[in-house]
Amino acid sequence: MLDVATKEFDIELRLLLEALYLKYHYDFRGYALSSLTRRLAQAADHFGCATLSQLQDRVLHEPTLFPVLLDYLTVQVSELFRDPSYFRGLREHVVPVLHTYPSLKVWVAGCSTGEEAWSLAILLREEGLLERTLIYATDINPTALQSAEAGVYAVDRVASFTQNHQLSGARTSLSDYYTAAYGGAVFDRSLKSHIVFSDHSLATDSVFAEVQLLSCRNVLIYFNRDLQERALGLFAESLCHKGFLGLGARESLRFSSHEASFTPVVPEDRLYQKR
Amino acid sequence: MPTPHRPSAPPAGRVDAIVLGTSAGGVEALTHLLPTLPHDFRPALLIVVHLPRHLPSLLVEVFSVRCRLPVHEAADKQPIQPGTVYFAPPNHHLLVDRDARGPSLALSADAPVHFSRPAIDVLFESAAAGYGKRLGGVILTGANADGALGLQAVKRRGGVTLVQEPSTARAPTMPQAALAAGEVDFVLPLEQMPAVLRAWGDGGAI
Repeated sequence: MLDVATKEFDIELRLLLEALYLKYHYDFRGYALSSLTRRLAQAADHFGCATLSQLQDRVLHEPTLFPVLLDYLTVQVSELFRDPSYFRGLREHVVPVLHTYPSLKVWVAGCSTGEEAWSLAILLREEGLLERTLIYATDINPTALQSAEAGVYAVDRVASFTQNHQLSGARTSLSDYYTAAYGGAVFDRSLKSHIVFSDHSLATDSVFAEVQLLSCRNVLIYFNRDLQERALGLFAESLCHKGFLGLGARESLRFSSHEASFTPVVPEDRLYQKR
Repeated sequence: MPTPHRPSAPPAGRVDAIVLGTSAGGVEALTHLLPTLPHDFRPALLIVVHLPRHLPSLLVEVFSVRCRLPVHEAADKQPIQPGTVYFAPPNHHLLVDRDARGPSLALSADAPVHFSRPAIDVLFESAAAGYGKRLGGVILTGANADGALGLQAVKRRGGVTLVQEPSTARAPTMPQAALAAGEVDFVLPLEQMPAVLRAWGDGGAI
């Protein structure tokens, strides 16, 4: 793998981000450089580029390369009901409040390949809320959104999904929600009619709906402080009064100016409520 | 006229941070090492210990009562304070980010490296990029090769490196791999490390 601990790498990294923005209008300039560095080094390795300058040359002149690079930069491998205690926290502390709304909107920001959106759809169906709910699942990567929308996951992942689902306080069996076919588990179409998958960038787009619950886990850790502030500002704007925000297991509002806009509901599961 | 600097003497306050990686036998080794650091130890200490993924880490509880330095579990976007010990949290990589506000901690949920998350190489490489020559890297006992490449990254950027003498390590594989990967500045048993670490911090003669 190429040497990331050089001054030249730092320079080339900044130039490449600028090039991606100018050519493809994807803005990674506000991402945390530490993680970008690793991911770009892996991408350069994959394309056989000895430097980021070489990678920049190719991605500017070979547009077919860009979607692959985008996968390196954005895709998160997740699980259904990842961090089961988060979903238990939702059932215990958020669902009772959601029952008081006649209709619900939920935003899964940075949904990647869709695991979180499908998990929430299943949870809301189990809790008798899905019929009144519309889930917006957004991401910047069109390929990831296509996979998310397809809702097909490799069968060998289903055992851990099932275990997570049980630990989340499941009221039903996960197998009620998928059919196995061609080595994949295909999630239920009746769940999908409540999910809208859509392109949205936390770096460049604005708020599009008022929501009662917003789940954005393991996305903000990849942003620098300024971009994290922007995203949290969008979340505060999008959430209704007393709306709920869920973050990743190691994300918090601690170093953000938006901390005062939220009250912790279940601090250990990073569930907050807008003041 | 200022006194000319002796080229062999380390510059005052040679490092601002020390990264340390260990796995099998690491908690025991750290119980010998960390409590010896004085309350006025200046560098920040960023530590990766390979731990089971889904169990809460007890490292902060274990070491905060034994150490004279403040001990924290690393949090994302936390500014790095001098004289403070930070442990990587379970199931996340720990990295260093640096911007106009100074160095801060960063976490990532990216794929494991060497089957480990946190991985030592990930911390060391990002710290090397962030701190350059003002970084010390330390590899202690462990049963795999994680950290070997990272330690070389520290060295390439001008940082100073230290590996536990393998014959004194509970599990020699990790120190051996670190030594096999390239030149290392110090190879020492645990007992001799505190003096070296203190010297890195205050720039005194080693």
